[in-house]
Amino acid sequence: MTNTTISSTISRPDFAAIAALVKAGAKVLDLGCGDGSLLRYLSDTRNVHGYGVEINDENIQACFNNGINVIQSDLESGLSSFESGSFDYVILSQTLQAMRHTEGLIKEMMRVSKEGIVSFPNFGYWKNRLQVMSGHMPVSEVLPYEWFDTPNIHLCTLSDFERFCRQYGVHILERRIMNGDHQISFAPNLLGKLAFYRFEQQK
Amino acid sequence: MLDLTSVGIVIPKSVHFDKPLHLKSGAVLDSYDLMYETYGELNETKSNSVLICHALSSNHHVAGYYADDPKSIGWWDNMIGPGKPIDTRKFFVVGVNNLGGCHGSTGPASINAKTGKLYGAGFPMVTVQDWVAAQVQLANHLGIKQFAAIAGGSLGGMQALQWTLDFPDRVQHALVIAAASKLTAQNIAFNDVARQAIITDPDFYGGDYCSHDAVPRRGLRLARMLGHITYLSDHSMAEKFGRELRNGPLGFGFDVEFEIESYLRYQGDKFADQFDANTYLLMTKALDYFDPAHDSKGDLREAFSAAQADFLVLSFTTDWRFSPERSRAIVKALLDNELNVSYAEITSSYGHDSFLMEDRYYHELVRAYMNNIII
Repeated sequence: MTNTTISSTISRPDFAAIAALVKAGAKVLDLGCGDGSLLRYLSDTRNVHGYGVEINDENIQACFNNGINVIQSDLESGLSSFESGSFDYVILSQTLQAMRHTEGLIKEMMRVSKEGIVSFPNFGYWKNRLQVMSGHMPVSEVLPYEWFDTPNIHLCTLSDFERFCRQYGVHILERRIMNGDHQISFAPNLLGKLAFYRFEQQK
Repeated sequence: MLDLTSVGIVIPKSVHFDKPLHLKSGAVLDSYDLMYETYGELNETKSNSVLICHALSSNHHVAGYYADDPKSIGWWDNMIGPGKPIDTRKFFVVGVNNLGGCHGSTGPASINAKTGKLYGAGFPMVTVQDWVAAQVQLANHLGIKQFAAIAGGSLGGMQALQWTLDFPDRVQHALVIAAASKLTAQNIAFNDVARQAIITDPDFYGGDYCSHDAVPRRGLRLARMLGHITYLSDHSMAEKFGRELRNGPLGFGFDVEFEIESYLRYQGDKFADQFDANTYLLMTKALDYFDPAHDSKGDLREAFSAAQADFLVLSFTTDWRFSPERSRAIVKALLDNELNVSYAEITSSYGHDSFLMEDRYYHELVRAYMNNIII
């Protein structure tokens, strides 16, 4: 199996933000786990029992080197290898925006796990808006691609994501909006660079 | 040229067991021999051993070569050696010829001590479980309480799986490569055509061909030709042979014309010279019978509830004999039991035979996995 690599733009503060949403000792599934360093981090700091899902060969090899459990599989074809309710958390870290079937995947996440965690770059961040205002697609540290080579086909703002959640029965439990190491509480859709949401199926 | 990644010259050893082995079929082998080879050094705590289980037609000669024949290179030599993915500088590697085999372990071509005659067709049917039970005796003989890893491709992968079920505390890691949790009807069908080719050969004599000074060569040859077709992919055959003719224009006859015919006949002939027909029948039957979920009414999840090992499961995209889908079923059962498992699907054009080939990605994955094993 081969596929386009989504180069890792995730860094330690982001790991910490996700770790803060995860209970120690939990059973975790990391979708689009890249080189496995988030799972490695969660295993080392939160003692989670985890599995990663990844499609790219190079990333799989990196996961092996990182000593994490990884299953080579295409997220777009669903999570049929995983039983319903078999995880405490399913994480989709900076991958949501690159998925074709967003709605289907979020539903699958809520099927296999009690809670879901997603993180994504906030397209509403003021610097992104400024670049669009100046007539160009945004290119930045968290959105490192040009319009023609980006794997990101479903970028959204915080407001967009929250509206999606309301429409599709996703109940948000916790939200952390970050800019570097700082948690943003004022005007998050404008000042937040990265968004982290913990959610469950609407009961 | 001296190959520094070869284990070098190896010497096979034989060990005799007098403790009767009760086989799955109900038959009992009062005593038996196992042929084996070892590479690398067993460490002081005896925690660094790796067992390699062989597939249908191979044996204990996994790596290195024999002093009298530099071309007699072991069947998985590209995987095992100093600096290779299964590194003999770290691991003590054991290769064993299974019971019923024809390369030194007790099998149909051995003398039955009770009767003083060849076993021949009278050799009892052996299963994957029986093989594992015999391999345990070898482990005991070598003083190995627990294997750091047990690895195998195809039928060898099935033995690795069986170990984790029958002796969960004696295997830390199982490397299950190009395997399946049971054969499909199509797979059994291929095996039976191969068996029928042998059994209906007039030189088979109901399995007692030795006492008739005969060898069912035609049957063995056909069995191997058929097997070979299923081990390759359509793509790899097309690429390697295409429709190339051996000698110029069409001959309008039934002699060898196409390169693929020549290749298959060569493979068939080679095999018929080396392999015992009764062993081939036994080995294919062991494949057909393998089904760890049989007692749990097909529930693989329940079948694997006994396992404790960590698993590496690998499949190859063009393997249609044991397709990636079959490996994914194994992975699902392991996930359902919350066992540590990693799975990769390797892009390869060589079909089922891919597990024997040297592929960078494949070998790097095995290397990384083995590196992480703590001994």
